[in-house]
Amino acid sequence: MSTASIDGRADGGIRRRVEHVMGMPISLALRGRHTSSLAAERAWDAVINRLHEMDLIFSTYRDDSIINRLDRGELMIEECPPEVAEVLALGEQAEQLSGGAFSINLPTADGRRRLDPSGVVKGWAVQQAAQFLTPLDDTDFCLSAGGDMVCHVASDERPAWRIGIEHPHDPRTLIAVVPIRSGAVATSGTTHRGAHLIDPRTGRPPSGVASVTVIEASLTWADIDATAAYVQGADAERWLRSRPVRGALIVWADGATTTLPADFTTNNN
Amino acid sequence: MRRIVIWLASTVTIVVLLFGYHTSTNKTSPAAATSDASTPATSSESSRPNTSPPSKITTYTGSVAQTRWGPVQVKITVQGGKITNVTVLQQPDGNQRDAEINSQALPILIDETVKAQSANIDMVSGATVTSDGYVRSLQAALDEAGI
Repeated sequence: MSTASIDGRADGGIRRRVEHVMGMPISLALRGRHTSSLAAERAWDAVINRLHEMDLIFSTYRDDSIINRLDRGELMIEECPPEVAEVLALGEQAEQLSGGAFSINLPTADGRRRLDPSGVVKGWAVQQAAQFLTPLDDTDFCLSAGGDMVCHVASDERPAWRIGIEHPHDPRTLIAVVPIRSGAVATSGTTHRGAHLIDPRTGRPPSGVASVTVIEASLTWADIDATAAYVQGADAERWLRSRPVRGALIVWADGATTTLPADFTTNNN
Repeated sequence: MRRIVIWLASTVTIVVLLFGYHTSTNKTSPAAATSDASTPATSSESSRPNTSPPSKITTYTGSVAQTRWGPVQVKITVQGGKITNVTVLQQPDGNQRDAEINSQALPILIDETVKAQSANIDMVSGATVTSDGYVRSLQAALDEAGI
């Protein structure tokens, strides 16, 4: 099979699935006992259903989503599903921790602020959806939503998942690999979507940084921290050092790299 | 200097691999405190040996490896069969630092831009890929290979 060479582990018993939800590809890799069983199919269905539910609540692209109705004042928070309060609380916490670099109230062209918790929802929703995969006994999973993922290896007999980090200047190539047994990887940058990330404090895109990859225990915070670091541009490194990251990779605009926490590996660059 | 980076990263990785692979803080390993006797380098020191069973802490000091950039030496702390800490005792620039190696979650830089097929990867992390951009992405190539 000609494509097998792309995945050097095509013989590693990995079964993959893809569906598109929330405007992005959801990719699942399963390895171990349940790759094609009924239990695996049901777990995958549950993951996708959960993400569809979250999309109906939180999509800022749907006029009738709960979050847009809340923003327009048609609903009170008390009338919303409990997930809304949870996400808003996370957004508030992230804004405080980052000194406003991360915010779910984004400035708009007409000068007002629009409620947009997308920066929280993705990581949080995928972390939540991953709970449907953990009951699959003796099964490893890697669940990715558009490049941010939750990884789990159930058996010490099997190797860590190997996560390739895209090169922000050439997304057909990799700049690093992270071996992950249990944890989350999130990358923020503007490679694929143009300058959609702005500093809420200035309304402008950050400069000096090309991408930020963060490894943490939970995708909820890995995603938030990657975004908040990226938005801070030149301050990305300093800020990440205040966060409980397991590891991080910053690729600067000029192509130089900084790796956390093992900064000794790169300080001679 | 980039090559030093790669070398150090791979050294640590190799050592971690030899010692039972991971040190997840989320995962408590019950009992099984037997630390691997077949250490990669000389096990020249063993502080706090054989104290109370489930959390025996043993440290191993690797031999000094001479590289073209200078000597490199690491010390590893093993608890419950897992590496809990890696200390770089010597490195080419002479500084001594601690590096907490947690769950092997260090990004390992690739020396030069390589294609995915030579990196042996399972998933791709990058700036958010939309469904439109997905068809051109590395992740799409991986997914295609496994379906």
